[in-house]
Amino acid sequence: MIRCSAYDLGCVPYREAFILQRRMVEKLQSGSGEEALILLEHPHVITLGRSASADSLLSDPASLKERGVDVIETDRGGDATYHGPGQLVGYPIFKLEPERRDIRKYVSDIELALIRALADFGIEAGRQTGKRGVWIQRKKIASVGIRISRWVTCHGFALNVNTDLSYFEFINPCGITGCEMTSMQRELGVPISMASVKRQAVERLSEIFDREIVHGVHSNEITAFAE
Amino acid sequence: MSVDVIMPQMGESVAEGTLVKWLKQVGEKIERDEPLFEISTDKVDAEIPSPAEGILLEILVPEGETVPINTVVARIAAEEEAGVKPAPAAPAAPESEPVSATAQTKPADVTPVEGPKAAAAPASGRVTPIEEKERARVSPLVRKIAEEHGVDPTLVRGTGTGGRVTKKDILKYIVAKRTAPLTQAAPAVQAPSPPGPPPITFAGDERVIREPMSIMRKKIAEHMVMSGRTSAHVCTVFEVDMSNVVKRRDALKAEFEREGVKLTYLPFIIQAVVRGLKEVPIMNASIEGDSILYKRDINIGIAVALDWGLIVPVIKHADQMNLLGLARAAVDLADRARTKRLSVEEVQDGTFTITNPGVYGSLFGAPIISQPQVGIMDVGAITKRPVVVDDAIAIRPMVYISLSFDHRLIDGAVADQFMVVVKRDLQKPQKCD
Repeated sequence: MIRCSAYDLGCVPYREAFILQRRMVEKLQSGSGEEALILLEHPHVITLGRSASADSLLSDPASLKERGVDVIETDRGGDATYHGPGQLVGYPIFKLEPERRDIRKYVSDIELALIRALADFGIEAGRQTGKRGVWIQRKKIASVGIRISRWVTCHGFALNVNTDLSYFEFINPCGITGCEMTSMQRELGVPISMASVKRQAVERLSEIFDREIVHGVHSNEITAFAE
Repeated sequence: MSVDVIMPQMGESVAEGTLVKWLKQVGEKIERDEPLFEISTDKVDAEIPSPAEGILLEILVPEGETVPINTVVARIAAEEEAGVKPAPAAPAAPESEPVSATAQTKPADVTPVEGPKAAAAPASGRVTPIEEKERARVSPLVRKIAEEHGVDPTLVRGTGTGGRVTKKDILKYIVAKRTAPLTQAAPAVQAPSPPGPPPITFAGDERVIREPMSIMRKKIAEHMVMSGRTSAHVCTVFEVDMSNVVKRRDALKAEFEREGVKLTYLPFIIQAVVRGLKEVPIMNASIEGDSILYKRDINIGIAVALDWGLIVPVIKHADQMNLLGLARAAVDLADRARTKRLSVEEVQDGTFTITNPGVYGSLFGAPIISQPQVGIMDVGAITKRPVVVDDAIAIRPMVYISLSFDHRLIDGAVADQFMVVVKRDLQKPQKCD
C-alpha cells in the first residue's frame, strides 16, 4: 500500500500553503519526495481558479481587502471560492497510479471520501448531476478544485465545518449564481470539532485512495518552508 | 521528423479538453516530459508534458479553444532533424526543469500567486550590469534566466565548479526572492490569533480520543525533560516595588504611542535584566563539557505562549537597545510568533530567558531553564498590595520576580546578587533615565 503522510498545519496563509504544495509536487515529480495530505485552514481569502470570470466576484478587490479578505488568482481548476477559519482545506499531493489516471474519477473519489466522512457525523450528503462538489440537497457543503501535473495532484477540497458562511456572499461560488452554501455546523446546529473532522477525512481518504495515511510531522517550522 | 502532440485523454469519461495555456512558444526547445501546455476540464487543471525532445514547430490549437481528445494540438521537430537550429533562447544546460513562472491573463487588481510580474516587481531597479569578469561565472542560460526575472546573477552564491552559478542556484535564488515578499505581503488583518485547542467532542460511545502530539509539542516535551535532567534547578524569589516603573511608563507612554509602539512593562524588565547580566556576567554564560562559556552578546529570549504551544523569540543584542528599541522588538517578535512568521534565526542563540506569566495572573513560578542557558527569570502579576514603607502601611504596585538558575554553575549568593541588581534597576527613581 502507498504510504502517505498527513500534515496538520493549523491556520496557514494561502500563499504560504501554495508554495509548500508546489515544493511537495516538485519533489514528488522528481522522485525524491513522498505523498502527502496537507490539512489546514486559511485566513479569509478568495481564490480565483482558472475558469473565474469578472462575474465571479460580487465585490471589488479593494473593498474586500478592507474587510481583511485577500483575493488571489491561483492555478487550480474551477471558479471562485472562499476559504476562511472554520473551513477544513485538504490538499492531497498524490502521484496517481496508472489505474487512477482519470481526472474525473479523481474528483469523484475526493467527493466520495467527503460524503463518507460527512456520513460519519450523521450528515447525509451527495452529488448533484452536472455539478462538482458535495451537496446537501441544493446547498453546497464542500468544493473541489484540482491541478494535476504529470499525474501528481495538488490543490484539493474545502469542506465547510464551522465556516462563517456570510463570506460567500462576496462571490458567486464556483460560478453558480445564487448557489446556497452550508456547513456542518449549520446542518447539525452545533459547532463541530475540527480535529474530529480531520480524523474522519483522513480515514475516508485512506480507504478510498487505498493509501496508508499516517500522521506526518506537524510542521511548526512553517517559516522554514517559506524560506 | 516531426512528432504530433495530441490532446490527451485524461480519463475514461473525458471526451474533450480546453487548452488554457501554452507553456512554450514556437521555436523554443523542449525536453521530453517537460510541461508543454495546460488544459482544463471541469474542476481540474492539468499540465501536459511534451511527448518528445526537440523544437516546438507549430501550435495548431490556440489558447482558450476546446477540442476533442486525440486532436493534434502541436508539432515538435525531433532534435536530430537537420536544418533546425535551436532558438538562441533555448536552454543549454542539461537540466530539464522548467522555469516555472508563467504569465496569466488576470482580472485587474488581483494579485497573482505566480507570474513574471510578481517575480520581477520586487526586484525591479536592482538589476546591475554584470562586470566583464563576472560574466565568466555565469553561463548564457543563467544570464537569460536572471534577466527574465530581473535579478542580478552576481548576487547569487554559485555552487558549481569554481563558484559558478548553476541553473539550480539561480532558480533557487529566484524562488527564495519571490517567496520573501509574498510572505510579507499578507496584511496583518488576515492573520487571526492562532486557533485555540479544538474543543474535543466525543462521537457516539467513544471514551478516549487518541491524537498524535504535534512536532512542537514533542519538541517542548523533549526539551523540558532534557533540561530538567541537565541542570540542577534552584529557584529564588524577590519582591519588587514597581511604583517607579509605573511612573516611568506613564511618563513615556504617550511619546511611545506617537512612535507607534505600545509601551508595556516588559521593556523595563528587559532593561533591568540586561543590567543584571552585565554586572553578573556568569548569569549570561553556559556550560559546555567541563568549560564555562562566557558570552559577550546579551540575547534575551522572551517566552511567548501560543494556543498551540510555546515559542521563545530572541531579542539579539538587547544591551545595545534603548527602551524604544526594546519595546519595538518585543512587540514585533511576539506578534510574529503568534502569526508564525518567525525565522529560524530569531529563535536561536538566546543567552538568558524571561517568561512573563504574570499577564495571566500568576504570582510567581519556578520555570525550567531553556538549555544551554543557566537562568530564566519569571515575572508575576503586578498587583497593588499593602506594604510597609517607613513603618507605615502603603499601597504599592508590587511584583514577584523569580529566578530559576543552574546550581551547577551558579551558587545561591550569585543568583541573589543578580536579582538584587535587577530589583535595584526596577526600583530606581525616574530621574535616573
